Amino acid sequence: MSEFDASRRRVLKTGAIAGAGVALPTIFTASSAAAFTNEPTGGTVTLGFNVPQTGPYADEGADELRAYELAVEHLNGGGDGGMMNTFSSKALQGSGILGKKVEYVTGDTQTKSDAARASAKSMIEKDGAVMITGGSSSGVAIAVQGLCQEAGVIFMAGLTHSNDTTGKDKKANGFRHFFNGYMSGAALAPVLKNLYGTDRTAYHLTADYTWGWTQEESIAAATEALGWSTVNKVRTPLAATDFSSYIAPVLNSGADVLVLNHYGGNMVNSLTNAVQFGLRDKVVNGKNFEIVVPLYSRLMAKGAGANVKGIHGSTNWHWTLQDEGSMAFVKSFGTKYGFPPSQAAHTTYCQTLLYADAVERAGTFNPCGVVEALEGFEFDGLGNGKTLYRAEDHQCFKDVLVVRGKENPTSEFDLLEVVEVTPRAQVEYAPDHPMFAGGQLGSCNPGA
Amino acid sequence: MDAILLQILNGLDKGSAYALIALGLTLIFGTLGVVNFAHGALFMIGAFCAVTLQRILNLSFETVDETQTDFLGNPLKVKTPYVEAWFGPEFGGSIIDWAVPLAILFAIPVMIGVGYVMERGLIKHFYKRPHADQILVTFGLAIVLQEVIKYFYGANPIQTPAPDALNGVMNLGAIIGMDIIYPVWRVVYFFFAVLIVGGIFSFLQFTTFGMVVRAGMADRETVGLLGINIDRRFTIMFGIAAAVAGLAGVMYTPINSPNYHMGMDFLVLSFVVVVVGGMGSLPGAVLAGFLLGILESFASMNEIKSLIPGIDQIIIYVVAIIILLTRPRGLMGRKGVMED
Repeated sequence: MSEFDASRRRVLKTGAIAGAGVALPTIFTASSAAAFTNEPTGGTVTLGFNVPQTGPYADEGADELRAYELAVEHLNGGGDGGMMNTFSSKALQGSGILGKKVEYVTGDTQTKSDAARASAKSMIEKDGAVMITGGSSSGVAIAVQGLCQEAGVIFMAGLTHSNDTTGKDKKANGFRHFFNGYMSGAALAPVLKNLYGTDRTAYHLTADYTWGWTQEESIAAATEALGWSTVNKVRTPLAATDFSSYIAPVLNSGADVLVLNHYGGNMVNSLTNAVQFGLRDKVVNGKNFEIVVPLYSRLMAKGAGANVKGIHGSTNWHWTLQDEGSMAFVKSFGTKYGFPPSQAAHTTYCQTLLYADAVERAGTFNPCGVVEALEGFEFDGLGNGKTLYRAEDHQCFKDVLVVRGKENPTSEFDLLEVVEVTPRAQVEYAPDHPMFAGGQLGSCNPGA
Repeated sequence: MDAILLQILNGLDKGSAYALIALGLTLIFGTLGVVNFAHGALFMIGAFCAVTLQRILNLSFETVDETQTDFLGNPLKVKTPYVEAWFGPEFGGSIIDWAVPLAILFAIPVMIGVGYVMERGLIKHFYKRPHADQILVTFGLAIVLQEVIKYFYGANPIQTPAPDALNGVMNLGAIIGMDIIYPVWRVVYFFFAVLIVGGIFSFLQFTTFGMVVRAGMADRETVGLLGINIDRRFTIMFGIAAAVAGLAGVMYTPINSPNYHMGMDFLVLSFVVVVVGGMGSLPGAVLAGFLLGILESFASMNEIKSLIPGIDQIIIYVVAIIILLTRPRGLMGRKGVMED
């Protein structure tokens, strides 16, 4: 449940909203023009699901879309209700949102910022979407988050792991349920210490864009704090397909750990190349050579096949979790689609429920009311234990999983195993942490 | 020194793929005068021939194991490939393990068929149209083929491993007393490329069919006036070019898992290779393929990147600009092509 926080900041903000309301009394009249962007007037409310339907992350996007459709079904009272039954907030009753039936439109981000902004703009302007959600790339998420701030709608980020999304590029209208690079580093470091010791030399290969940069910074800082040294950080083009030219120098670098700050197809190819070059069989500095993939997903693990066996990384959520919420979601999703959901599906389903719940609790679709309801909101029952939407940066804090590629999978879905559930307290950081410095949350924008 | 030799090997490997695709492109341009922007899609279709055969060999029947449960808690359905049931787990397993090399046999007729249909069904209608029209229609075709593959196979890369026996590494430097560890399959890929290139050159050089095709490439009209059906031969050459691209794709799958946009990834680079080598020049395409592959690998080295940041992403285009400025016909192109 949301805890009452009578901080000076909150009182001022609430006062400002109330003051704006008094100053603009037409907002409260039925015949007034819209008080905020895309204020729903009929019996329905439209949500915009902006996911990669083409491009290298299209499979992640497809899974996100499945989860969104499932969430809409549950919000409208269909299906078995999924995690609505386990969610600690009981504001949602399966009658839509504020009594309005939920409808949705979809857009294709193509994993390109300009295409993602164009489709989000179209959903806001032409389809009347009151909330935009989705994405499978931090570059896309940051671009769309900025657009939503300008347009005056809420952005519930999908798959975005860059520190910048809730760091230097944070926005008042944007919220992220997914974890980030810093949290991956904080979760992984103790496990890596236990597994590989404190005297290691790491070599980083990093996707050359915002996500790769911040993850590299986070993992290097976390491992260097253990006593590891970093011998090299090499940026690789996002469009690269063959990483052999980047892997070959690792062999003679003196490194005994390779950190692959890659995701999706990049990770599949770089890991495959690293295994092909025999890195996993090498002994360097008297130690077995190790590979670490800081951000894992089951869909990626499927692409990389046997190459992931024994390789550690972190993940936001995994379908084998045994908490009540996760089990309810897996049952609901698995029954509908025939396979377990990915972490991308989980986070987007949660974001949809969290938005709908915030609107119900706020009693309005006005973005400023939604922001108010989400800031500092603490909840449980959506997997990963008790979770907090921190007011200062709109980042969710919850338990983070460390996983390992399974040596003997029993099915095509059984590719990763959870080796550690890192408690939330261990991955938290101060809002003004240097890795998240710069930028301003600003104030909520209700638009029209 | 080891690092330099490794990058040369990497370059030869990348160059093998570039050379094979560029060879097919040049064959089509040289014979039919068509700029085929769908050639990368043929490379991708070849790769998906390997995926398809792998799936065929893995076709399974299900039995229910009551002692285990699936992710929903229902009794687990255990899949057993028919191949393993028919030939025994050991031999059947070996057949599945060798799916990629076996896919060569599967891909040859498929790719020749695809090439034939593509040429007869679409491209022949654009022979007399400007190159810009050819580029537009073949590029559109490439996008259609890409989307069809995505529809049936999904967007994620699909693992297509090399046979276990060829999946490890070997020390290529042992002979010269050095330690140059290199993946066995990449060595196989290089020699495969050399074999294909040699085979195509021999076919054109030493067979009557090849001789007629070469004559047709030099003067199509005169060959036609001699009563030879040169169009039919050129159609066959299109099929052969498609097969070359397809086989390059089949054998490439263990190096990088196939995905639906892999053709596009190679297409632009391969065109640059063709232009650098000289439009219409088969030896030029092969030479430029290996040359640019090696240059690209060297440009990826940290020492080079620290001197010129981002050089790894533009080196091929920089070389292309220099070549085209100084020698517009390319390294081995005929005078008159790409220059006045």
